[in-house]
Amino acid sequence: MSISHALAVLLLSLGSGLLIVAGIGLLRFPHFYTRLHAAGVIDTLAAGLFLAGLAWWFGPTLGSVKLLLIFVFLLFTSPTACHALAATAWASGLREPAQNKE
Amino acid sequence: MHDSLILRVVAKFLIPVIVLFGLYVVFHGKLGPGGAFQAGVILASALIVHMLVFGPDETRRVAPVAVLRGLAAVGVLLYGGTGLISLALGANYLDYNPIGSTPVSGQYFGILLVEIGVCITVASTMALLALLFAERVRT
Repeated sequence: MSISHALAVLLLSLGSGLLIVAGIGLLRFPHFYTRLHAAGVIDTLAAGLFLAGLAWWFGPTLGSVKLLLIFVFLLFTSPTACHALAATAWASGLREPAQNKE
Repeated sequence: MHDSLILRVVAKFLIPVIVLFGLYVVFHGKLGPGGAFQAGVILASALIVHMLVFGPDETRRVAPVAVLRGLAAVGVLLYGGTGLISLALGANYLDYNPIGSTPVSGQYFGILLVEIGVCITVASTMALLALLFAERVRT
């Protein structure tokens, strides 16, 4: 395995690690907004790392250009979907319950 | 309706991209991954994004229900008509070979026509379903 493949593997494993963190956050966080935070914030970076790793693996080919286009698409859609979810929840009156600390 | 500037701007940017990708899928379907049904759903999703962001009334102005109904029928007509053309040219129903000058180009154009027909029907039916569903929710 060459150096460039190692870099691709590094990027891919970093992306998968972030996705695992996001999954744990989605399962373990208590309320809607915190869960949205875990899923929505990490989504773009993890997908970006994944696509960067794949593009690095393929080198400068047409496939890499398509991956870049997918990344641009995700860069716009993923935060927008997150924003739409949060704004809709806020507008329909969902509030974080007061944290009961002992 | 709750109006959001972010959603409107992103939708304006996204809808042409979605339509372009749908056309790419339908024209790519005969030689690579893709297909008419998927392309139709992608094209319909552009209209559904429009409906979710701008509201069903605006979408009904862009794509009237009567036009969508007509398009759903036109797609089936294109599919069946391609079969009838090959029947009229002396081959079996939906045998594309005689449509072009050579069998290869006949297959090419025949499949393309059928795929476009399926795409139009699927896209308009999906958009119609979403529009009618939105109307039912409101009343």
